[in-house]
Amino acid sequence: MIRLEPAGAEALLLVLAEQPDAQLPQRIALLAERIRAELGDGLTDLVPGWTSLLLHYDLTRTDHLQLTERLTPLLERWLAEPLAVPAGRLHEIPIWYAGADLAEVARRCRLSVEQVIELHSASEYRVGAIGFAPGFAYLGELHERLVLPRRATPRTAVPAGSLAIAERQTAVYPQRSPGGWHLLGLCPWRLFDVGREPPCPLALGDRVRFVAIDEQAFRAAGGPL
Amino acid sequence: MSGLRVIKPGPLSLVQDGGRRGWQHLGVSPAGPLDWHAAAWANRLLDNPWGTPLLEIALGYVELESQLDTWLALTGAEVAPTLDERPLPRWSRFAVRAGQRLRLGYARSGQRAYLAVAGGFWAPPALGSVSTQLREGLGGLSGQGEALRAGDLLPCLPARFERALSVPWAYQPDYRAAPLLRVIGGGDAPRFEAEQLQAFFARTWQLSPQSDRMGARLLGEALRAPARQWSQGVARGAIQVPADGQPIILQADHQTMGGYPILGWLHPLDQSRLAQCPPRHPLRFSPVGLADAQAELREFYRFFGRT
Repeated sequence: MIRLEPAGAEALLLVLAEQPDAQLPQRIALLAERIRAELGDGLTDLVPGWTSLLLHYDLTRTDHLQLTERLTPLLERWLAEPLAVPAGRLHEIPIWYAGADLAEVARRCRLSVEQVIELHSASEYRVGAIGFAPGFAYLGELHERLVLPRRATPRTAVPAGSLAIAERQTAVYPQRSPGGWHLLGLCPWRLFDVGREPPCPLALGDRVRFVAIDEQAFRAAGGPL
Repeated sequence: MSGLRVIKPGPLSLVQDGGRRGWQHLGVSPAGPLDWHAAAWANRLLDNPWGTPLLEIALGYVELESQLDTWLALTGAEVAPTLDERPLPRWSRFAVRAGQRLRLGYARSGQRAYLAVAGGFWAPPALGSVSTQLREGLGGLSGQGEALRAGDLLPCLPARFERALSVPWAYQPDYRAAPLLRVIGGGDAPRFEAEQLQAFFARTWQLSPQSDRMGARLLGEALRAPARQWSQGVARGAIQVPADGQPIILQADHQTMGGYPILGWLHPLDQSRLAQCPPRHPLRFSPVGLADAQAELREFYRFFGRT
């Protein structure tokens, strides 16, 4: 059952499911694309969440009542469709596993550092949502042996390119920013660059694998000191 | 290009335009002026279209020297402006000649002044906007999200008007008054206990000194909030209630997604009023209907020619 709820005077929230599932991010991306194509002129931003899609609209062109009316047939079609979704692009992201919390994560998970690296780089992850900061992609799901709560006290500054984990998620911080996740490594790539089109290589529903590299390869790939 | 040379930048002076639209799905904040009302008047005084790049000046303390003959307009916080030592009228446009110095004192009432120039200040757009976002490193004079610095040049063009012009008295807000801020209901409000919602509206809150362009934090007796939910897109004005029970109202530089329960949304026009409150200012809230808020907002956009 989809719920449409006004979110203030200039946004409409579509609650699409009660719980996230593996296919939902891509289905939400597909829905956002369609909404953009069919009634995009009055919309400024479409923001996918784990189970939702927030439509920011331009009140000088439309409102929640008009949007609700126009969205109803589109949402019915989307709901009725079979679940099969395209596989999503695969990104192989190099990581130098030398993060500040690697040893502590190993200790708390009762694993060796090598096992942490092996478990983390063995999984294929999916982009479940993008938010918090430009290009920050929430990737799921993390191996259950690596699940830890967020740090009790967030760091005031996490270096750009930090690979981190928290709960059942992993992510790379594209910019230096505050952060409460556990740092496992560093990625030499810039994951958000306004000079590129698109500025963020990862899209909702894409697949990600992390490939362990050493310090030398990290430097060679342009990783900062 | 010629322009205004920055002699003193003030503690936090930022180039802002109509905000960065269309990139929130990649986690990019909309930014834009904290006080749309004062910003819109500054541009209107100079016949600039809605969202023309101007300067948002927190707390004043700015000194600029003009390299050309043009017209400026200053609105928002009362910062005792002078042009070559002569006091300027509030909420007005005025001519500056090459070599003249504009000085702004400390904000006596209100927190943010808006300085517009005829035709707007020029800056390189980042993702379609020049709005400065410090956290994200986007916008501003360099495009890298930096606040104004001494020695910067604010590029602009010469202009001429026939006469001075001021905003009518009735439209100049009194920032010293304790505001009653209107809240549009919805979100997770039905999941809050009824007494907790009543308490939110019955209490007098204080604006926390920890507030910034990302969020206005409220201080008061803690509210009990319902459990956390899956992170979803969030809109400016959202009143989030984290586990510590001290509400946070999202402002211009808000993150694009959030997971805290939402009690409602501040009326967009009252977000402007909130932006002018100093730390520790008393704040009270009252409910407003969605349709009434939208009707008023449409009228505001029509008046200022936002399309």
